Amino acid sequence: MVAGVASGLAEHLGTSTRLIRIGFVLLAVTGGAGFALYGALWLLAPLRPDLDPRPASAGQAAAPGVRSPDDDRSARLGPLLALGAVGIGVLLLLSEAGVRSGPAGAAPLLVVGLGVAVLWRVGDDAQRARWRRTAAESATGTRAWVRIVIGLVFVLVGCGAILAARVGVKAAVDGVAGGLAVLAGVAVVAGPWLIRTTRELTDERRERIRSQERAEIAAHVHDSVLQTLTLIQRNADDPRAVVQLARVEERALRSWLYRPDGADPTRFRAGLEAIAADVEELHGGTIDVVVVGDEPVDDAMAALLQAAREAMVNAVKYAAAGGPVSVYAELEPTQASVFVRDRGQGFEVDAIPADRLGVRQSIIGRMERHGGRAEVRSEPGEGVEVRLILPRSPAVESAPPDAAPAGSVTGERL
Amino acid sequence: MTDDLARSLPRVVLVDDHRMFRSGVRTEIGDLVDIVGEAADVDEAVAVITATRPDVVLLDVHLPGGNGRDVVLRCVAAGIESRFLALSVSDAAEDVIGVIRAGARGYVTKSITGPELASAVTRVAEGDAVFSPRLAGFVLDAFAGSADAPVVDEELDRLSQREREVLRLIARGYAYKEVARELFISVKTVESHVSAVLRKLQLSNRHELTVWATDRRLV
Repeated sequence: MVAGVASGLAEHLGTSTRLIRIGFVLLAVTGGAGFALYGALWLLAPLRPDLDPRPASAGQAAAPGVRSPDDDRSARLGPLLALGAVGIGVLLLLSEAGVRSGPAGAAPLLVVGLGVAVLWRVGDDAQRARWRRTAAESATGTRAWVRIVIGLVFVLVGCGAILAARVGVKAAVDGVAGGLAVLAGVAVVAGPWLIRTTRELTDERRERIRSQERAEIAAHVHDSVLQTLTLIQRNADDPRAVVQLARVEERALRSWLYRPDGADPTRFRAGLEAIAADVEELHGGTIDVVVVGDEPVDDAMAALLQAAREAMVNAVKYAAAGGPVSVYAELEPTQASVFVRDRGQGFEVDAIPADRLGVRQSIIGRMERHGGRAEVRSEPGEGVEVRLILPRSPAVESAPPDAAPAGSVTGERL
Repeated sequence: MTDDLARSLPRVVLVDDHRMFRSGVRTEIGDLVDIVGEAADVDEAVAVITATRPDVVLLDVHLPGGNGRDVVLRCVAAGIESRFLALSVSDAAEDVIGVIRAGARGYVTKSITGPELASAVTRVAEGDAVFSPRLAGFVLDAFAGSADAPVVDEELDRLSQREREVLRLIARGYAYKEVARELFISVKTVESHVSAVLRKLQLSNRHELTVWATDRRLV
């Protein structure tokens, strides 16, 4: 209810919050132990991890200009002041409790307790606000200060009342004034040191985050780039292997740099790029992929991807010395198309033997089963282009022209 | 071409922070163009370009002390009329679009072969635009979905059907000559379509373009 101690304890012990609360109240009524226990737990028990300060400080490191250092310090000094006041209150309370009891002594104690509660709450809130870094933070900042002042006044009045009851009003005023003077002295002496310490702590935390990031990058470079460079040196005699290694590493590094969140393999673009990388790795060669548009892959599109894969395999096989293979895919509202082009020898399309399973079944047959079509265009000496076209209106997809003869391959000549 | 050969070759300045890459380019295209200067960072590049006034600047997108975009902007601001051809390993759309929108006349990747690069330089020197397949893909992507995007300027924010066809063929890996043959048009017409697309790319305020251009990542 006040600081979430009871519910936290209940969570920890696996009992109900209400039970814990009743226990606290019983202990409090029968001699004040409940208050003490509650306070101690409030101070010592760690906050739940979702209130962990680390994410916020990462944000701080990333955007140091968002919050002025003054705000930072005041938010951190608030709880310190509160704790100082509480300490004094407790000391007075102990010396007093030994001497006096009864209702007359209880009222000032209650006032002190109220002040302490207000101050502790401020400490809690200020910390949470710092961790959350909400936009309304500066507002909470001033509210926190108002509450600190109110809390301090409560504590001072309460202590004054206790003193007044013991030694008279005049001596009490003198005592409170003296106490304030001592506090001011302590603040002057310890203040700079406290500020410096908190600042050093912040710096250290920032530095730690930075070095964590560095370590992560170093680990990545070591696992991938350095390994590949070693392999390249070892395979220096085999140009094909060197190109292959360099290409694989380039791909990995590119996806790490430009797609830090990782590619989603269930989407068309990432799927096609993954297939190209796979074909490169298995069969060698270089495949440049350009994709326009992106969508989740459905059944027909999965078939399109598989047909594209077969076309790429053919292309890298026949374009070995003919430079890179170009793959272009475009998703339009009415159709999805993939073009695979190589710069190899090319061949007479009409001369494809009927038993060439690769082109006939894997590419043309597959496309036709899903309502699409495949065209192979080639001219000897100018390379080959395979065009895969998949209409995307649902009506066409549901009625695949499975009876279409395989001879519908268009062997256009230029 | 009957003139003195050296005079007809385009004068080129190479800007790249990797010396090995610069000397590689020099070896590959040194005979096909006239390389008049080299630079390794933004300030040096601006100084060399100001001093030599080349026809074409071959420009790396990522440079120490800024990036290729800054070089283009500073040279344009200084009234230098050299043309810029961006040359990069980066595949990131914001890099490509950023340097094009600053004023570069084309974009090619570093995997381009020597002869291709030399012909791209010549093309840019003559005032034409040079698109790599990937750049063509980016442009098609950026100008796609015109149905839902608000079109502010009909002339600048949309590609014509013909421009789309030309870009598609470039994205498929077709050379200009092949594009011309495929569409039954002349190479000159292909060039004018690509130049028109470049102009739209530089001047259009389409949301996708401005996002790509401003959303630059610091890699």
